[in-house]
Amino acid sequence: MTKSLVTLTIDGIEVSVPEGTLIVDAAKKVGIDIPVFCYHPKLHPVGMCRMCLVEIGRPARDRSTGEPIFDEDGQQVIHFGPNLETSCTTPVGEGWVIRVNSEKAREGRKQIVEYLLTSHPLDCPICDKGGECPLQNLTMEHGPGTSRFLFDEKIDLDKHVPLGELIFLDRERCIQCARCVRFQEEVVDDPVLGFTNRGRRLEIITSSDPGFDSYFSGNTTDICPVGALTTADFRFGARPWELNRAASICPHCPVGCNLTLNTRREARAEGRDVIKRVMPRQNEHVNEIWICDKGRFAHHFASSIERLTKPMVRVNGDLVQVGWDEALVRATEGLKDALGRSKGGLVGIAGGRASNEDLYVFRRFIEGLDGHTVLDDNLAGGDLTREMGVGRGTDLGQIGPGDVILVIASDLHEEAPIWWLRLKQAVERGAELIVANARATRLDRYAAHIIRYPYRRAVQTALGLLHAVTKRADLSPFVGDKSLQKVAKLFMKAENAIIFYGREGLDYKASEALAQACASLLTSTDHVGRANNGLIAVWPRVNTQGAWDMGLQPIPSGLGEILEQASAVYVMASDPVADDASLETLLREDTFLVVQELFMTPTAELADVVFPARSFIEREGTYTSGEHRVQRFYPAVLPLGGTKSDWRIVTSLANAMGIELNFPSAAAVMLAIAESVPNYSDLTYQALTIAESQWPHVGGESLYFGGNAFKNSQGLGVQVGPAAEPGEPSEVALTMPVEESEEDGLLLVPITRLYDRGTTVLPSKVLHPRLERLHIELNPKDASHLGVIDGAQVEFRMNGKRFQLPARLVATVPEGIALMPRSLGVSVVNPIPVQISSVE
Amino acid sequence: MADHILLRHRDIPDLDQLEVYLEHGGFEAFKQAVTGMTPQEVIDVVKASGLRGRGGAGFPAGVKWGFLAPGVFPRYVVANADESEPGTFKDREILERNPYQFLEGVAICSYAAQANTAYVYCRGEFWDLAHELEHKIDALHEAGLLGEGIFSTDYSLKIHIHLGAGAYICGEETALLDSMEGKLGQPRLRPPFPAAQGLFAKPTVVNNVETLTNLPPILNRGADWYRSIGTEKSAGPKVFCLSGCVARPGNYELPLGTPFRQLIFEHGGGIPGGRSIKAILPAGASAPLLPATDEVLDTPMDYESVPKIGSQLGSASIIVIDETVNIAWLVHKTTRFFEHESCGKCTPCREGTYWMHHLLQRIERGEADLEDIDLLEAVARGMQGKCLCALGEFAIMPVISGIQHFRADFEARVRNGR
Ligand SMILES: Cc1cc2nc3c(=O)[nH]c(=O)nc-3n(C[C@H](O)[C@H](O)[C@H](O)COP(=O)(O)O)c2cc1C
Ligand code: SF4
Ligand code: SF4
Ligand code: SF4
Ligand code: FES
Repeated sequence: MTKSLVTLTIDGIEVSVPEGTLIVDAAKKVGIDIPVFCYHPKLHPVGMCRMCLVEIGRPARDRSTGEPIFDEDGQQVIHFGPNLETSCTTPVGEGWVIRVNSEKAREGRKQIVEYLLTSHPLDCPICDKGGECPLQNLTMEHGPGTSRFLFDEKIDLDKHVPLGELIFLDRERCIQCARCVRFQEEVVDDPVLGFTNRGRRLEIITSSDPGFDSYFSGNTTDICPVGALTTADFRFGARPWELNRAASICPHCPVGCNLTLNTRREARAEGRDVIKRVMPRQNEHVNEIWICDKGRFAHHFASSIERLTKPMVRVNGDLVQVGWDEALVRATEGLKDALGRSKGGLVGIAGGRASNEDLYVFRRFIEGLDGHTVLDDNLAGGDLTREMGVGRGTDLGQIGPGDVILVIASDLHEEAPIWWLRLKQAVERGAELIVANARATRLDRYAAHIIRYPYRRAVQTALGLLHAVTKRADLSPFVGDKSLQKVAKLFMKAENAIIFYGREGLDYKASEALAQACASLLTSTDHVGRANNGLIAVWPRVNTQGAWDMGLQPIPSGLGEILEQASAVYVMASDPVADDASLETLLREDTFLVVQELFMTPTAELADVVFPARSFIEREGTYTSGEHRVQRFYPAVLPLGGTKSDWRIVTSLANAMGIELNFPSAAAVMLAIAESVPNYSDLTYQALTIAESQWPHVGGESLYFGGNAFKNSQGLGVQVGPAAEPGEPSEVALTMPVEESEEDGLLLVPITRLYDRGTTVLPSKVLHPRLERLHIELNPKDASHLGVIDGAQVEFRMNGKRFQLPARLVATVPEGIALMPRSLGVSVVNPIPVQISSVE
Repeated sequence: MADHILLRHRDIPDLDQLEVYLEHGGFEAFKQAVTGMTPQEVIDVVKASGLRGRGGAGFPAGVKWGFLAPGVFPRYVVANADESEPGTFKDREILERNPYQFLEGVAICSYAAQANTAYVYCRGEFWDLAHELEHKIDALHEAGLLGEGIFSTDYSLKIHIHLGAGAYICGEETALLDSMEGKLGQPRLRPPFPAAQGLFAKPTVVNNVETLTNLPPILNRGADWYRSIGTEKSAGPKVFCLSGCVARPGNYELPLGTPFRQLIFEHGGGIPGGRSIKAILPAGASAPLLPATDEVLDTPMDYESVPKIGSQLGSASIIVIDETVNIAWLVHKTTRFFEHESCGKCTPCREGTYWMHHLLQRIERGEADLEDIDLLEAVARGMQGKCLCALGEFAIMPVISGIQHFRADFEARVRNGR
């Protein structure tokens, strides 16, 4: 698909670019900045603002013969038209001559700036964009020094128009470039913004209820070339030049979007540095220049006043604050004492929120005490993604024609929004998407094939696909219909294939069987071990993949059994009691419990010793994304009170207990990881810091071009390849599903919503109006059998407890199913049959 | 012209009744096309006739149809009945009084374009007229002249009426298409042109009402006959809309190439009250105004001659200005119109019309300085050649030509105010 090159001259510089390149981009590539407002390299050109005017000269041709004309010197005659033309809408032509900085072109653009400023309020001193504003910058460079427009004749418009709760519009500042409108339409397919009226009265409006209803709304504030769009979070919060910046990684989902955290010391925080805003940092392999609104706005947990700041130990039944030394002594003695007792041993539970460094050190420590580590997570298959995950060089941004992607048992728009976006774009480039789930999700609209199975039959469906590919006799019970055969064919002839699998409607064991079936589908169609091929798990946490890679994994049967055996339990970055209240009694009894945490969680409340951990903004470390990209995050603010990084808490304790585990820094831990984890063998912190230059240019000098996302100079991360080599497909053991008996009542299925009420979301007040409320979703038919109307209260019993909550009737919920979003107050880990009745 | 070709209803009473229209040879041309000609043959006849678009640009109709993206279907035909140019009221008379000839033209064009669906985009203020047209279309269905299997062939055609919401810009063909698609009416970037990707991104012909109304007589009487009317390059009859300071304003169907003087003084009865003519706006508000010199008055009104004297024929809406009119006042009016109608999509037009309007308001109110006249001209010239569509370029024409030819009028306004 290589395009032929076109050679042209721009301000005397000869450039060769692929056919179809726009003049504005061709110029940018050789360092000639043509100012733009409406053009954005990630959006279709519209030619509205007229800022990018240049002179275009085309080789003159004889009218009758079509041959080029030469002058007496043998020079080709170049014909310049009478008018300036927009370089953002005009693709390059062979032999063209472009004048960007001619007198005529500069005059023309100066005129455009003067026009734009006639209706601009010029309130830069109080504008959030001031200091990083394309209009400001381009006016300085291209505009007239003074205006001939009478200030009194300026139009007065509303300056505080909420487009929903997250984004505000200043109508006077808007220059009608439609970048926001086009982003919503073209990029994220939430066409909830538009123009109304006309002429100078043209204004941006939102057409959704609630206003500006999109998980990606914050990005419009980055690409708005003026201060017309601001976020409720940052609005009037600081001047850009006062802000410090630190590179980071979003901790909310397995995509691992690259972030820049902007911080400032603040009197209101007693002179401490605080996060003023979260901005996307360019990584074209991961998130391009976008982030979702959860990543942007749900950062307040890290600076919450509820954070733990001092170690605590249990004295006479109560947790009391003590110094580190005392807490370490208590923990050491407690652990020794408990482990000295005859019964049971040590269990170490960690969550996928922790960094690779934390998890590695944690495993070494627990194993050093002959303990058993457990990953607190309910999606299986990390061993398979380690073996058959996507190959090095995988880039969802390169998936296109001939490639196939299957998404099964996951709602990516809610669970990993940027993956959703990347797959949508892959489809737009020509990839074929197959979406398999028990209910309709937002990804369906881009799917070439939709596979709908009943909940509890995801594994059978995947095995059916596998049968269609392999014709294995033992899989014949799962033979599917024609459409499954069709999808299987797609897989077989696909150039590249990737499978995303999730956990919707599955318990741990079923998710394991699903992962196996998917891995097997990939190996038997030769889609492993190379770039843009392999298995991706839609992990519930940012670093679940890293946790598996560091040698931790969940226990299929759950935590109950092993905790019953344990005499000591050590918990890091995990809150098992919140998910399963029945564990409380097990931990309360004579088990010695140590917890490292940010917050006083239900688990921490039971602990004998609590260590206050640092949040991701206060420390460094690495996360491994679902795409197996290891990425570094850096300290952005000074640590809170007496907190320590998780890995350092572990090593302190290890040393106190005589286990040799000494690392001077997180970087040193990474060296140890590289030595012992096969795929990570060539990783160093330096390697993670390499950042090749990326297109399109953003931020800094180029913020007029690509917007205010930050340029990435702190590292694109390193993708660690899977263990499997191409061409030698390993046999994947399959677990055959057991048919589950149909039970009375409805099957309660937990699902994921982006804005839940978990501890990492709730502290961000700015998101509160958008947070999901506790409810249950029923199919209208089931509801009418139960005599339940939309919004009515229903009740059910689960694990011996009674729950009452409102019902929503949703046509896409399958019959016989009740959906319950996770983390809203009622915890449901696995699908469970319930008897629902209406509350009179 | 005794026998009208386009305004035939002036010769034949009740021509807006289908029986009457059929009695006078109605739908013979369409029948001939559908039953006896290939679409290409129809296009060839129209090309040979030299028919040029009557909506303003004067682009040869047959040539435009020839640009339809080959092999791409469905295709659409859209009749532009947005008629919003100040001083233009020809399409309205055709639609009201001779609707079947227009609809037959739509049908012929649709056949030539191999379109099975055609739309008539009526300006919002034509709502009652649109209602009438719907009845006429129903009558054609009942008579078997529209619908499936017309004239027992496999050709089928439906015509729908679409009502705009009252924006001048929606007469611009790409804004019109966006408006039809339910979007805000703003011009599209071109290319692609409508013939390649028009309505719903399908190949589309957009023609003016008057252009289409020419088609039945062309097919009935042949290209040679048609070329015998008008000038060599501007063939055929044209409905000239005469208004302003003139004794008998109205529509006049005359051959292209008729001189201004003949229209204004013979047909229009000259300037009332013995006053003298001062200037002419030859294309509504959308072309440079011309001082009414003898040279101008003797210029033939066709697509070649009017540009030679520095203006455009456009939709041929001739607005006559007499000596009592101050040109600054006139330009204030046209500018206010464009400021009101600018769609706002591009910077120079959105901001420039707003600025010019404020300057002219000050000039009109006597609150301006002499330098403001220069500023006004500079603002207009700054817009020139930079706008996304022709509206912005139209807006500056009366301003620049007004100052150029009648600067004294502007200065008088400024001085009187002092
Ligand atoms: C601002 C603007 C307004 C226009 N308004 C009209 C209109 O009201 N009616 C019309 O037929 N053409 C109008 N046009 C011209 C159309 O864009 C288009 O050229 C025409 O409909 C083509 O038909 P024709 O080739 O038969 O003239 C307008 C053009 C512009 C730029
Ligand atoms: S709000 Fe910003 S991005 Fe949207 S149109 Fe206005 S200036 Fe452009
Ligand atoms: S998509 Fe995931 S990683 Fe990216 S910003 Fe959103 S929550 Fe964070
Ligand atoms: S010139 Fe005027 S009408 Fe045309 S696109 Fe620009 S703003 Fe709209
Ligand atoms: S018109 Fe080219 S940048 Fe706006």
